[in-house]
Amino acid sequence: MLVGKQDFRDGDTILYLDGVSVSFDGFKALNSLSFYAKAGELRAIIGPNGAGKTTMMDVVTGKTRPDEGAVVYKDSIDLTRMDEAHIANLGIGRKFQKPTVFESHTAYHNLELALAGDRKPLSALFFKPRGEELDRIDEVLEIISLTEQRDRPAGELSHGQKQWLEIGMLLMQSPELLLVDEPAAGMTDAETEQTAILLKEIAKDHSVVVVEHDMEFVRALDTRVTVLHEGSVLAEGSLDNVQNDERVIEVYLGR
Amino acid sequence: MPVNAHGNAQGPMSMRLLSSTGSKLTVFGLLALALMVPLTHALLPASSPFYASAYTMGLVGKYLCYALLALSVDLIWGFCGILSLGHGAFFALGGYAMGMHLMRQIGERGVYGNANLPDFMVFLDWKELPWYWYGFDNFGFAMLMVAAVPGLLAFVFGWLTFRSRVTGVYLSIISQAMTFAMLLAFFRNDMGFGGNNGLTDFKELLGYNLQSDGTRAGLVAASAMALLGGYLLCRFIVASKFGRVLVAIRDAESRTRFLGYRVEMYKLVVFVVSAMLAGIAGALFVPQVGIINPGEFSPANSIEIVIWVAVGGRGYLHGAILGAFAVNYTKTYFTGALPEAWLFILGGMFIAVTLFMPKGIVGTVPDVLKWRPKRKPAQPLAAHPVPGE
Repeated sequence: MLVGKQDFRDGDTILYLDGVSVSFDGFKALNSLSFYAKAGELRAIIGPNGAGKTTMMDVVTGKTRPDEGAVVYKDSIDLTRMDEAHIANLGIGRKFQKPTVFESHTAYHNLELALAGDRKPLSALFFKPRGEELDRIDEVLEIISLTEQRDRPAGELSHGQKQWLEIGMLLMQSPELLLVDEPAAGMTDAETEQTAILLKEIAKDHSVVVVEHDMEFVRALDTRVTVLHEGSVLAEGSLDNVQNDERVIEVYLGR
Repeated sequence: MPVNAHGNAQGPMSMRLLSSTGSKLTVFGLLALALMVPLTHALLPASSPFYASAYTMGLVGKYLCYALLALSVDLIWGFCGILSLGHGAFFALGGYAMGMHLMRQIGERGVYGNANLPDFMVFLDWKELPWYWYGFDNFGFAMLMVAAVPGLLAFVFGWLTFRSRVTGVYLSIISQAMTFAMLLAFFRNDMGFGGNNGLTDFKELLGYNLQSDGTRAGLVAASAMALLGGYLLCRFIVASKFGRVLVAIRDAESRTRFLGYRVEMYKLVVFVVSAMLAGIAGALFVPQVGIINPGEFSPANSIEIVIWVAVGGRGYLHGAILGAFAVNYTKTYFTGALPEAWLFILGGMFIAVTLFMPKGIVGTVPDVLKWRPKRKPAQPLAAHPVPGE
């Protein structure tokens, strides 16, 4: 169903963080965090507020520079010196916690802006979508169930629809690695369920790292879970495993 | 939200080049101005109510230049969220480039009769022409400089600020500081641009006497055509994907970055284009008013431009044109009728628009027109089908 397939060789790491530390005014948001994700993997990251989940995404996407440590993409590319646009063009997409779509543009134009391709000003000035690009936009509109909202400004969409539109934009970007920040936040139960199905579908041919609070949602994803706490990894494994981990229980329940 | 920059009920196609009523009216209105003002001046007797006197022509010509300047500000502010409070600097630089050409055209007819040096240089006892005046006796070179000099300043300014991600109010303040610095620099006699007095006493342009009504009519027509060209260029830009990236930057800058767009490059390109349009406006302005001096760099001028755009309606392009005409006509009227009150009226207009008409004139009028029929559902006009609907 999804286009943009990548050839994933088994055992490849797509993302590798080694001893990454970030501090803001003395507060250690990330404390020597080490983490890796394999190509083609769907990984969920959970953790209490302030565990460093969003900071980790900021570091990977170039928004925040780490004080120390290495962030390596596809075994060889050092991300710590690149800016956001450069990293995005390498094939790392990001979905924000709050749905961030371009509200005054239509659903169609939101997807068109995300469409993979030349990002230079001059080519944008004379851009005309080709037939297969139009087909791709319609295909993604179908996947995210927004075909009927095609020509409506994104600002008029419901909260859940905005979330999907943003996921659709990531599909248009066709990134190899997708970072998704709390996709189920503020969604109805039905929407949450549909979002989990959508993400699992995407994970079939993309590497996906999902940060999430909602345990039901993580359970629906049915995948490997990493627990962050105070800026480093506390536990890793299946959801049942980590939920039974003494330290995880302590952190979450404050015992 | 407003129609053009923001999408509307008509769907995304409203972004097309000449789709909206406002844009069609603008194009035809400007063509009509370009033709009718000079023609009525030449053909009608002075007693006719449609006769455009030299005074009227002068006003219309000035307003047209201001409208082009407002358009250039709307392109960056309305569509990319860059609030420049120093755009008067680009206007003034374009004006100085034109002024330098006009000074060179004076030749021996100056007060001192010196064919090689403008009067103010003779007065300052300069012996030779500074190098940066070379080439300005050539019309083509001067016209190139009209766009190139403001463009270069905008490039340097934009390169430094956009790459350092200076945005919002900080950018506005820096742009204001830029035009103030230019003001102080151009006041200095040893800059070689006539200091306090600026450049004036122009005689002719391309051999046409600047005092003659025919030349003035020609300049009005040229200004209208320049504004039309600038308008079509801006429409083309905002209707393209480039324009949609600009709006994306305006609404969610960091999101645009995460999509892989180099925000600073887009801002730089549109800022330079805008500065060049402002420069062209300044170049057309100077021969019509007969003088360019450092006062044009004053920060208050730049702020006034922003008020024109806000009053007309930001993010429509034709709103900026309408705003420039409306505010400047009001200014002409009140500086004659109630000179002391003008600044209060200007400030009052800005506050009133911000509070009651945040979408400006062109954004509010259609809403008002739409709102009325709802209260009186029985409209006899509705019985007649409107062609094309």
